[in-house]
Amino acid sequence: MAVGEPLIEVRGAAFKYGERTVFASIDLDIFTGEVLTILGPNGCGKSTLLRCIGGALRLAEGTVRMGNDDLSTLDPGARARRIGFLFQDHTPTFPFTVLDVTVMGRTPHMSIFGMPSPRDTALAEEALDTVGIRHLKNRPYTELSGGERQLVLLSRTLAQQPDAILLDEPTSHLDMRNQVLCLKTIGALAALGRPMIMTTHDPNHAFLYPGRVALMKPDGSLLTGPASDVITNATLSMIYGTDIGVFSVARRAGPGEFKFCSPWQ
Amino acid sequence: MRRSVVVAMIAAPLALLYASLFVGRFTVAPAEVARILWSNVYPIAHDWPASVETIVMQIRLPRAVLAMFVGAGLAASGSAYQGMFRNPLVSPDILGVTAASAFGAAVALLLSRNALELQVVAFTFGLAGVFFTYLLARVYRATPVLMLVLSGVIVAAFFSALLSGAKYVADPESKLPAITYWLLGSLNAASTRSLAMALPPIIAGSAGLMFLRWQLNVLAMGDDEARSLGVRTEALKAGVIVCTTLITAASVSVCGIVGWVGLVIPHLGRMLVGPDHRALLPMSFCIGATYLLFIDDVARTATVGEIPLGILTALIGAPFFAYLLRKTRGTWQ
Repeated sequence: MAVGEPLIEVRGAAFKYGERTVFASIDLDIFTGEVLTILGPNGCGKSTLLRCIGGALRLAEGTVRMGNDDLSTLDPGARARRIGFLFQDHTPTFPFTVLDVTVMGRTPHMSIFGMPSPRDTALAEEALDTVGIRHLKNRPYTELSGGERQLVLLSRTLAQQPDAILLDEPTSHLDMRNQVLCLKTIGALAALGRPMIMTTHDPNHAFLYPGRVALMKPDGSLLTGPASDVITNATLSMIYGTDIGVFSVARRAGPGEFKFCSPWQ
Repeated sequence: MRRSVVVAMIAAPLALLYASLFVGRFTVAPAEVARILWSNVYPIAHDWPASVETIVMQIRLPRAVLAMFVGAGLAASGSAYQGMFRNPLVSPDILGVTAASAFGAAVALLLSRNALELQVVAFTFGLAGVFFTYLLARVYRATPVLMLVLSGVIVAAFFSALLSGAKYVADPESKLPAITYWLLGSLNAASTRSLAMALPPIIAGSAGLMFLRWQLNVLAMGDDEARSLGVRTEALKAGVIVCTTLITAASVSVCGIVGWVGLVIPHLGRMLVGPDHRALLPMSFCIGATYLLFIDDVARTATVGEIPLGILTALIGAPFFAYLLRKTRGTWQ
């Protein structure tokens, strides 16, 4: 983890909504194969930061570089071939099938008048296999549960074949079982080589599948490091503005300890 | 799509087109229609009266072809807009094109212009109306769909008021009935000349939509998602608006207001082939062609006079779709 050249380099990033500074002078490196969790309370600007990295929003200052490319100067198609983006769960109006939704991930590889080729369909089916939901292939996307929909969007992003994947609150509407399933899948996919950068407002997610954590502080700066270093009583109580305790218990399976946190009185 | 569906989808409008050439107040034998059509491709002996050929080639054929393309174009436009606005209640006139075209036509009628001039004026007003809507909806170099819908409501209300004004000042003995009758929609003024005027924009718009139908799928998932998949959403929306506006303005300018087709045919299409625009747009196009041609055949043969299209599209369509709505319990599946 966190060795070698970073895949994505964020340097001196700042963003403003009108006069209000959301974050400023942020530096962040993202490495191949890692899960980076951007953690912070609701409305702290973590989604904004994620959108800036993905190029959906334009930074007021600073750059996001990927190799030799400045991501903000790429055209939408080229950017979509490098960065995949999962938005927060929503139900679309029309009942497209799971396969149709997954094939949409191939769009950045087509021309504006293009149609998916048999190869695009094959890649989409491969992505469904990777995530393990091929059995949902012909189901209407609108009739799936929130957890299943997240897995479909993950498949779609895999079919897109970007170099890195950004996920905005991928677990926010899921029950505990689906949260675990979704995080486990994200961890497994990152291990295949693509970094996964996700936002969450629940620090426990960072403990479940430990990776690096970037904690967004109220002043709009980041505190970055391994989960167990960054997530402490002091830092959590500071960013959430209420007393939060970090606890550890013996792991049920395997050696070592398992950490979790909770509001504490 | 299954092959049988594709064959039926293409064969239905063509079969009805052929039937439309021999039904009417003046009956022509189906075989004679076939020989007349053939004689226009390949020189054979003319053993029929010239008047029969005139009826088939100069009156019924242009009218039937126009009905098909207007129905097809409106249905394809409705499908594209419902996808783009992510709302199944949207019809092609949502951005005010119909209201603006109707006002243009009323002005032409007030000024006693001929049919061709009316067509040009109505078409131009339709394009201008949507252009206003687009400018009104533009914020921060983007056109959010909610802004488009609201701007469309405003522009449509404005042109509707102007239309009411035009009716109010129209001579109630001659001009007012002409405007009222025109607004109800009819294809009885169809000729090879009106065909030559209306077909190019309808065909160009429909072709444009067909080319963009995969991107429409992606856009139907939401602007943010489409953008993250590399779709240039603003250019795409502008392209779809241009295509549907060409189609709708041309349709209204040549045959008045034909409601209902653009709203309901897409639902029928989705029942048959699902929401994927790759199949839905061609399917809507073909059903729309068949539907309006059928309605127009009824309009010109059911009674001694002509029944306005605007009345029949809903009068025949409403019970049919009421039946489908009940049968599918609102899911259209």
